[in-house]
Amino acid sequence: MPLFSPFLSAARGGRGRRARRILRKILWTALVLLGITVVSFGVIHLAPGSPTDMETTLNPLAGEAARRQLESLYGLDKPLYAQYWDWLTRVVQLDFGRSMSADSRPVLDKILERLPLTVGMNVASLLLTLLIAIPVGVLSACRRNSLLDKSVTVLVFLGFAMPSFWLALLLMLFFGIELQWLPLSGLTSLDFDQRDFWGKAADLASHLALPILVYTVGGLAGMSRYMRACMLEVLRQDYILTARAKGLSAAVVVWRHALRNALLPVITLLGLSVPGLIGGSVILESIFALPGLGQLFYAAVMARDYTMIMGNLVLGAILTLAGNILADVCYGLADPRIRAAGEER
Amino acid sequence: MPRRLRRFLCRQSMLVLGLGLVLIMSLAAVAAPLLAPYDPDALHLDAILAPPSSEFLLGTDRLGRDVLSRLLYGGRVSLWVGFVAVGISTIVGVTLGLVSGYFRGWVDEVVMRVVDVMLCFPSFFLILSVIAFLEPDLVNIMIVIGLTSWMGVARLVRAETLSLRERAFVAAARLAGCSTARILWRHILPNALAPVLISATLGVAGAILVESSLSFLGLGVQPPDASWGNMLQDGKASLETAPWLSIYPGAAILLTVLGYNLLGESLRDLSDPRLKR
Repeated sequence: MPLFSPFLSAARGGRGRRARRILRKILWTALVLLGITVVSFGVIHLAPGSPTDMETTLNPLAGEAARRQLESLYGLDKPLYAQYWDWLTRVVQLDFGRSMSADSRPVLDKILERLPLTVGMNVASLLLTLLIAIPVGVLSACRRNSLLDKSVTVLVFLGFAMPSFWLALLLMLFFGIELQWLPLSGLTSLDFDQRDFWGKAADLASHLALPILVYTVGGLAGMSRYMRACMLEVLRQDYILTARAKGLSAAVVVWRHALRNALLPVITLLGLSVPGLIGGSVILESIFALPGLGQLFYAAVMARDYTMIMGNLVLGAILTLAGNILADVCYGLADPRIRAAGEER
Repeated sequence: MPRRLRRFLCRQSMLVLGLGLVLIMSLAAVAAPLLAPYDPDALHLDAILAPPSSEFLLGTDRLGRDVLSRLLYGGRVSLWVGFVAVGISTIVGVTLGLVSGYFRGWVDEVVMRVVDVMLCFPSFFLILSVIAFLEPDLVNIMIVIGLTSWMGVARLVRAETLSLRERAFVAAARLAGCSTARILWRHILPNALAPVLISATLGVAGAILVESSLSFLGLGVQPPDASWGNMLQDGKASLETAPWLSIYPGAAILLTVLGYNLLGESLRDLSDPRLKR
C-alpha cells in the first residue's frame, strides 16, 4: 500500500499534466504540513494542565498575580486561535520559541545539538540492518521452507514481539553485568577527556554498541521479512524464467537480476520506518542515558515544557514527511519503469 | 478429534501456537485472583528481594511483593488495554473508512488527508505528549492509544468499501430501499470483516507493547498498581542485585505479543487464497 500515492501517480502521467501534478504534490505537502501544526497545537492546548503549574500551583510561594504574569509572559492569556496564529507565524520562520525549563534557551538550538547523536545511531543501525537483512531475506526466499527459512521465520516473530526495552535490559544484564565487557549506560566514561583520539573513539564505540544493537534487532525482523516477500514476488516473474532459460547461473539470476527489482520496495520501507525510529529513541535513550533527541523529549514531557514538546512534535513530523518524500523521489529515480513513464509522451 | 481437523491443526502450527499462547495468557489474567498465591500488593517485609524459591516461585521485589502474583494481575492490565484500545481504534477506523469509501468525493479527500497527517507523527511522540498533560491513568492511556492507531484500519476498510460499493448486491440493497446506514453496516461491513478482525488481532499486540513502554517510562499505569511495564521499570533499578525482576515481566510481554502476532498472521494466511498454492 503506497503511503504517498500523489507522488507515485505524479510520476506516471504525460508531460501535459505533469506541471499540474507537481503543483498538486506541493499543495498536498503544504496541506499536510499545516495539518501537522494544527494537530500538535490542538493536542497540547486542549489537554488540561498548564505549563505554569510547575511554577505556580506546585509552588506555595507563588500567588495568583504571579501566575497571571507568567501566563501573559508566555501568551497563554490570549484566545486559542490568536495563540495558534502567533505560534504558526513564528514556526514558519523556524522560531520555536524558548524552552520553558530553567535554562530558557531557544528550542531549536536545544533540538539541533541533540539531533546528531540520535540520527547517527539510527543511520548506523539502519546500515547494519540492511547489511544483514538483505542477504538473509534473499536466502530464505530462494530456499523457501528450508531449515534456514523456517528458523529465520521463528526469529522474525520473536523479533517482532520483543519489547525493545526488555531486550536492552537483557543485554545490559549479560554484557554489562555478567561479562563486564561493556559499560551499562551513558555516552562517555569519566576519563574521556584525558584519552587520545583512538581512546575516545573506542570509548564511544563501547558505549554505543548496545544501543545500536538494540535498534538493529528492532529493525531486522521487519526488514528481512519484507525483503523475503519482495524477493518471492520477483522470483515468480517471467523475466526470471527467461534468465534461467537462457542458461545464466543461479547466482547471477538471483543476485543480479532479481535482487535489483526486489530492492526497490525496500526504499519505501526505509521512508516509512522514520517515525518508528524517532519514537523508539525516547525509550532507548532513557534506558541507556544517552543525550539524544529522545531523552530531550522525555525530559520536556516530564516537565510539561510546552514549547519544547511542540517543537519536538512538529520537527519529528516534518522529519517523517521529509523521509517519506525522499523515499518516493528515490523510488522514482531508481525505478526505470516509473522514470520512463514520466518522461515519455 | 476428526481426522480432517487433526490434519488441519498439524499443518497450522502457527495458528495453534498463537491461539494457545493467547488462551493461556487470557485465562491466567482472568483467573488471576484464583491463581495468585499472594495478594499482589502485600508486603512481605521478611523476604525483600528474595530470589525465586518454593515459597515465592518467581521471587519478590524490593518491597517484598510476590512477583508471580503481580505478574498475573499485570496481565489483566495488558489484556484490558489491548482490547479497549483496539476497540476504540477499530470503531473509529471502520466508521471513517466506510464513510470515505462509500461517499468518495470531498468526504474521502478530507478523511484521507487527516490520515496522511496523523501518519506523519511519530505515534509514540504524540501519545507521550498527550499523556503528559492528562492524568496518566488506565482510561486515558486506552483512549489515547486507540485514537492514535485507527489510520491503518481506516485505509483498509476504505479500500474494501471502494470495491464492494460497485458490487451487484449493494445496488440491489439500494434498489430495495435500504437506508445508507443500513447498506454500510449490514451489507458492506460484514463483507469487509475478515481483514478488520485480522488487523485488530495484530493491533492488540501493538497496544500491549505501547502500554508497557509507557508504563516502563513511568507515564502509564502508576504504582502501586502492577503492570508488566512498571514492573520492568522497578526491575531496572535493581538489575545487578535482582535480575529476576527484569526477566519475568519481559518474558510475559514477549509471549503475549507473540501469541497475538502469530494468531493474526496465520489468520491472514488462511484468508488469503493467493497463499494457498
